[in-house]
Amino acid sequence: MIHTEQLSRHFDDVIALNNTDIHIKAQQTTVIMGGSGSGKTTLLRLLAGLECPTSGHIWYGDDDLNGMSQKRLYQLRARMGMLFQYSALLNSLNVYDNVAFPLVEHTKLDNSVIHTMVTMKLEQVGLRGFENLMPSQLSGGMAKRVAFARALAMDPEVVFFDEPTSGLDPISAGVIASLIGNITKHTKMTSIVVTHDVHAGLEIADHVILLWQGKVIAEGTSDVIRNCDDARVQQFIEGRPDGPIPFSRSETSYIEDLLHKPGTVRIS
Amino acid sequence: MNKTNTSQNTFIIFFGYLGRCFLRAIESIGDAAVLSATSLAHLFHRPWQGKHIVLQLYALGVGSFVIIAITGAFTGMVLALQGYYTLAKFGSESLLGSGVALSIIRELGPVLGAFMMVGRAGSSITAEIGIMRVTEQLDALQMMAVNPKARVILPRIIAMIIALPLLVSMFDMIGLGAGYIVGVELLGVNGGAFVGEMIAKVTPMDLYAGWVKALGFGILIGIICTYMGYRATPTTEGVAKATTQAVVAGSVGVLVLDYILTSFFL
Repeated sequence: MIHTEQLSRHFDDVIALNNTDIHIKAQQTTVIMGGSGSGKTTLLRLLAGLECPTSGHIWYGDDDLNGMSQKRLYQLRARMGMLFQYSALLNSLNVYDNVAFPLVEHTKLDNSVIHTMVTMKLEQVGLRGFENLMPSQLSGGMAKRVAFARALAMDPEVVFFDEPTSGLDPISAGVIASLIGNITKHTKMTSIVVTHDVHAGLEIADHVILLWQGKVIAEGTSDVIRNCDDARVQQFIEGRPDGPIPFSRSETSYIEDLLHKPGTVRIS
Repeated sequence: MNKTNTSQNTFIIFFGYLGRCFLRAIESIGDAAVLSATSLAHLFHRPWQGKHIVLQLYALGVGSFVIIAITGAFTGMVLALQGYYTLAKFGSESLLGSGVALSIIRELGPVLGAFMMVGRAGSSITAEIGIMRVTEQLDALQMMAVNPKARVILPRIIAMIIALPLLVSMFDMIGLGAGYIVGVELLGVNGGAFVGEMIAKVTPMDLYAGWVKALGFGILIGIICTYMGYRATPTTEGVAKATTQAVVAGSVGVLVLDYILTSFFL
């Protein structure tokens, strides 16, 4: 359904993604995992068309996202949903209006139909009865669930999830993860989830893509990833501090820095 | 030899810095022009943004009325007070009405009104759009197939263009009323002379000049403040910096544009 071809994204001298080829199948949950700075959020934003690649192509069926007209891109986005890392609810609107927003924008449905649809979406995420709360009155987990309901409002074909469980307590994280798994199965939508939550990621994934330094180092089902021989994959899924993936990213000598580079304190 | 090299290096660094600042400024002006032009182009495309323009008009226009009224009232009062003591030295107190009216209508109304709008409404536009950038609300709009240029930028620029001339008209009227009260009721200038001089000396051209200035300032403030917010670095510090820059650039821009427009109307 979606695939990338030699996709690269550079930020000045930093290479976030390097000639990456991935394939995402329709009606499946694809989980993109990797450590901090591995390029997974960049990949998600590129797939969603929120950023332009430095080189390479992103194909939605036969449509190349590169060079696509804005009108066509917006038509494509009307069939997409996205759950942002920090929810990105519209601050000036309450829970009901946030969920109703895409329906009001893109359909000519009667208010009573919109009310029914919003109520159904809020029931799906367990927040029926909280319609009048403002985003500032919601906990992190509730805000994510409202954002999830909003992402589902138009019954999209593809939903992007950017770190859906980050910053949540284990129960809220579990609720979000099971919602993603269940709703993907029952609505037959395509879910693309970026996370470094190994437990939740492997639990809900039909297909896992593991990134390191902007490159795919392993992919397959959750079992394939669990049994992968690659030491980097094993270190990541077991969360071991020692291994081929270094904790420190410094390129200079620690001793040299300690002895010869006295810093200047910039805070007072 | 070393001293010459050092002064040459300082010279190069100084002018290099100036050059970079100049290039950045040109780049920003071009970027702001493109952003506002592409945003304003949505005025002629569906979906129409009328409802959002009215909402912004209320937030920017009605919300700024009190501060504009207070500024207008005190400007008129101070002008009448200062003008009276200056004119009294020449025995020309009867010219007070025309002096207050011309000062307010041609110059102080548009300029002080614009300053108040930059500080009150312009800064809030920049901060609001900047925070929408930080909290990914602009990205969320894009993902919901809603163009942020049409939904967020266009209504604010249009509202500013409509609101500022109206607010400046109110500033003028309140300023003239306050000037009349101080001049006639407190300082004892003849009421007939005050109003008569005002009517005799203020021409329609003076009114047009004030409105054209207000319109120009509205366009300028709308473009600068939306641009600064939209291009703010997505951090708390970035939004704070963008807001400060918007107020500074807006205020300086108003003064520069005021000089250009005044030279046209004289």
